[in-house]
Amino acid sequence: MSVARRLRLKTYVMIVLMVLFGAMGDVLLGKGMKETGGIALTSLTSIFDGLKLGFHNELVWMGMLSLIIFFICYLLVLSWADYSFVSPASAVSYAVVTFLGWVLLHEAVPSVRWLGVVVICLGVFLVGRTPTRTTQETN
Amino acid sequence: MAVWMLLGIVVLAGTSGEIAVTRAMKQIGEVRQFHPRALVGVLGRALRIGWMWLGLGLLAMAFFSLLTLLSRENVSFVVPLTALSYVVGALMAKIFLGEEVDHMRWMGVLLVVVGVVLVWVG
Repeated sequence: MSVARRLRLKTYVMIVLMVLFGAMGDVLLGKGMKETGGIALTSLTSIFDGLKLGFHNELVWMGMLSLIIFFICYLLVLSWADYSFVSPASAVSYAVVTFLGWVLLHEAVPSVRWLGVVVICLGVFLVGRTPTRTTQETN
Repeated sequence: MAVWMLLGIVVLAGTSGEIAVTRAMKQIGEVRQFHPRALVGVLGRALRIGWMWLGLGLLAMAFFSLLTLLSRENVSFVVPLTALSYVVGALMAKIFLGEEVDHMRWMGVLLVVVGVVLVWVG
């Protein structure tokens, strides 16, 4: 397998993991924080009080674990891939989350939103056509 | 005024934080081993690089600015504007990391920005 092909494959796997754990983390964290009563976003003190309450909730912990895994995948992929490749490519998560919400939770999705999903996919497709890495390995 | 300043911090601190983190990870070089023990080693090395700490600090700053911003404004106003980060990020990656952002990548980035705005407006 050529170097470029290997890097591309590794990058795609990592982006899939990022989308998966990122979305899962957001959902779990969102659910957990709502269970604890939500954060009053009125002042920094009330935000911190809300965060403290969240630490007593299992879903919040699972959500944070997911987000930590997400961040580790993010760090790993950036060890070989361009930032200007990974960052727009991971926007595909908006499309995945919208689609999953529609299929699994039967959420109503307005047509403007579907248009946005199509445009994002088009953008990610174009970014995906560019080389994964355009800089030289320094060491 | 304060809203635009906070928004500027979210976008600029957020993207420069990610650029700094990328710089640290590029210094480590391509990760090829994915055993848990190897990954712990990679993270350990990452935490000994100054750029990583600078990046994490900037990301924390962006995160708390975002929370403050969300406490004052609607999500549907804030998130589409933070989509500008994709453009700023590509620009910074070109300038500070020497990445080649060709026409196709720029087109892709711009479409992603437009798409994210549409998703949140919808």
